[in-house]
Amino acid sequence: MARMTMIEAIRNAHDLAMDRDRQVVVFGEDVGYFGGVFRCTAGLQKKYGSNRCFDAPISENGIVGAAVGMCAYGLKPVVEIQFADYMYPAYDQIVSEAARMRHRSAGQFTCPMVIRMPTGGGIFGGQTHSQSPEALFTHVAGLKVVVPSNPRDAKGLLLASIEDPDPVIFLEPKRLYNGPFDGHHDRPVVSWKNHELGDVSEDYFTVPLGKAKIRREGSALTVLAYGTMVYVAQAAAEEAGVDAEIIDLRTLLPLDLETIEASVKKTGRCVVIHEATKTSGFGAELSAAVQESCFYHLEAPIVRVTGWDTPYPHAQEWTYFPGPERIKRAFAQVLEG
Amino acid sequence: MTAPRPLSLHVPEPGCRPGDTPDFSDFEIPRAGAVRRPAIDEAPEDMRDMAFSVVRVLNKAGEAVGPWAGLLDAEALRTGLRHMLTLRQFDERMLKAQRQGKTSFYMQHLGEEAVSCAFRMALQDGDMHFPTYRQAGLLIAGGYPMTDMMNQIYSNAADPLKGRQLPVMYSARDHGFFTISGNLGTQFIQAVGWAMASAISNDTKIAAGWIGDGSTSESDFHAAMVFASSYKAPVILNIVNNQWAISTFQGMARGGAVTFAARGHGFGIPSIRVDGNDYLAVHAVASWAAERARSGLGPTLIEHVTYRAGGHSTSDDPSAYRSKEEFSAWPLGEPIDRLKRHLITIGEWSEERHTQALAEITDEVRACQKKAEANGTLISGPKPSPRLMFDDVYAEMPPHLQRQRQEAGF
Repeated sequence: MARMTMIEAIRNAHDLAMDRDRQVVVFGEDVGYFGGVFRCTAGLQKKYGSNRCFDAPISENGIVGAAVGMCAYGLKPVVEIQFADYMYPAYDQIVSEAARMRHRSAGQFTCPMVIRMPTGGGIFGGQTHSQSPEALFTHVAGLKVVVPSNPRDAKGLLLASIEDPDPVIFLEPKRLYNGPFDGHHDRPVVSWKNHELGDVSEDYFTVPLGKAKIRREGSALTVLAYGTMVYVAQAAAEEAGVDAEIIDLRTLLPLDLETIEASVKKTGRCVVIHEATKTSGFGAELSAAVQESCFYHLEAPIVRVTGWDTPYPHAQEWTYFPGPERIKRAFAQVLEG
Repeated sequence: MTAPRPLSLHVPEPGCRPGDTPDFSDFEIPRAGAVRRPAIDEAPEDMRDMAFSVVRVLNKAGEAVGPWAGLLDAEALRTGLRHMLTLRQFDERMLKAQRQGKTSFYMQHLGEEAVSCAFRMALQDGDMHFPTYRQAGLLIAGGYPMTDMMNQIYSNAADPLKGRQLPVMYSARDHGFFTISGNLGTQFIQAVGWAMASAISNDTKIAAGWIGDGSTSESDFHAAMVFASSYKAPVILNIVNNQWAISTFQGMARGGAVTFAARGHGFGIPSIRVDGNDYLAVHAVASWAAERARSGLGPTLIEHVTYRAGGHSTSDDPSAYRSKEEFSAWPLGEPIDRLKRHLITIGEWSEERHTQALAEITDEVRACQKKAEANGTLISGPKPSPRLMFDDVYAEMPPHLQRQRQEAGF
């Protein structure tokens, strides 16, 4: 067991996957010699050679398109899109190609690739380095969508994603790379080195896709969250003294409805939290799913706490970010109902 | 200082629309045999001339001449003629089937048969093509069963793609034929990725990417060029310039460039233009590019200059946007006639043998069609189970899809 940051855990997962499977190749902008702008691939080129870990031209559709071709050959590419905000040029290759390959070729061609991308804000990244585009992927048949919230899960989920025979969008909340973040941006930064979820086995292990994790058991209400918002919800629950059950979804597609349903049926109240914009966000899917399966158990309307429907701002970042105060108000609202 | 004049937008237009007289007089065509054959390892900057000329082997007299001639013996040429005749016959029957309502859609190759048929013979089994929808000659020349192609076109119970894809969007991994996408251009960079994978794996196989003149405007084209160039990928990048992208003439995608092949120069990729209606020229240039790729010399860009004699698909009527006389005025002729004349010229074919071959091919295609129709067509007979729609979305069906399949009644 070692203490790792999320970056170190992701790097370790790459290392183990490349060591174990010669078909795994890693590339993207700045990922080779330099090891990535967030250092998630540092040392891999030196260890495995530039044939298996290399820099790519600044062309996101080129990176994903080439990865689709590599999959057709039989490799297992793990590619990095430097920021999720840069993903849009690759969207056609992801949606029309990678996601559809198995279906349209009746299984002749498949896309066992992982597309990693740092997601979310809280780092003063402005509108081009802060977005959370998960809903643009959960709407696509054929994709799997994963959002880890801590180093241990990041490693286990990444290894499971690399093993997975289908394309996985792996969204890494960049605000969590170095430590958990509870939304109190004016307080000192906490490191994973002092957090129990920073304890990561150095051995090969996987965390199964499609399985949520209950981070905090409670009976007053259910919180559905993922990534950074798991910690913000925890802080809000502690500060407000609300006995919230907090579910870290971990995989958005396929969704662990079973865990969600059991919890909401127990608590009868549900708050859905994400950092992405509200309208047609993944929270809409979660609310609809809860309503469909738990309507007669609900004591109050489901409440969503999300980023506002604006571009992600720079100076107004903490007004945009759904912090603990807004979440506490949402708790009060569902508990009143 | 003079006052600035108001700007105006230049929108390129072809020289010939319906009612106009076709004029190809500004299309400079070298004599057959006149264009040199560079050594495969010649520096890209020393062979830029190849992008502004046209490699041709067959002359007007039906002879094969010049440095690109002499690769194929009479037997291989007869096989090539047979492939092209088969593809044309196949197209005729499937067009008719579409008009009879047996399928929703079809795309033919009329006038472009030499491009895919000849190219296939220059590559090896195990190599991978990333085709567009107008390279079915790769399948025919590669020995893929025509009945299976028809089963796909009919979306019937024996459709290898289980009724999921638009007609002609074939997929045949075992025949080196990548699943066709209806989103244009995406396959070009995928071909480069496949070639990179072959190099990463120290394999000896190469890839071929295909794109139309119109789709070279897509960003995938440029991504493919920069990846192929930077990683020196063992890939042949083919632009099939058939003059028309539905109703849009090739000048819209070409812009101010003199040729599409010249696009390769900015990337330092050897770029070569070939008479796409000359079976021998296409085969010779493809062999040259394949040798370059297999020798580790990297990518080659080939512009196949041809003419789309038919409509884009069964959904458009070309007489609405171009002159009906254009194909007869097209200066590179018609590929089947040209190869036939050559074989007759060298004493290896005759009108009688041609008539005989055509009759055999017609019978063969008809027999395949009969076999395919026994498996159903889009409007009648056996169909793929609706249940199959839910398979292959993922390797393992996740719970939400299982529920939806049940809800749909399967």
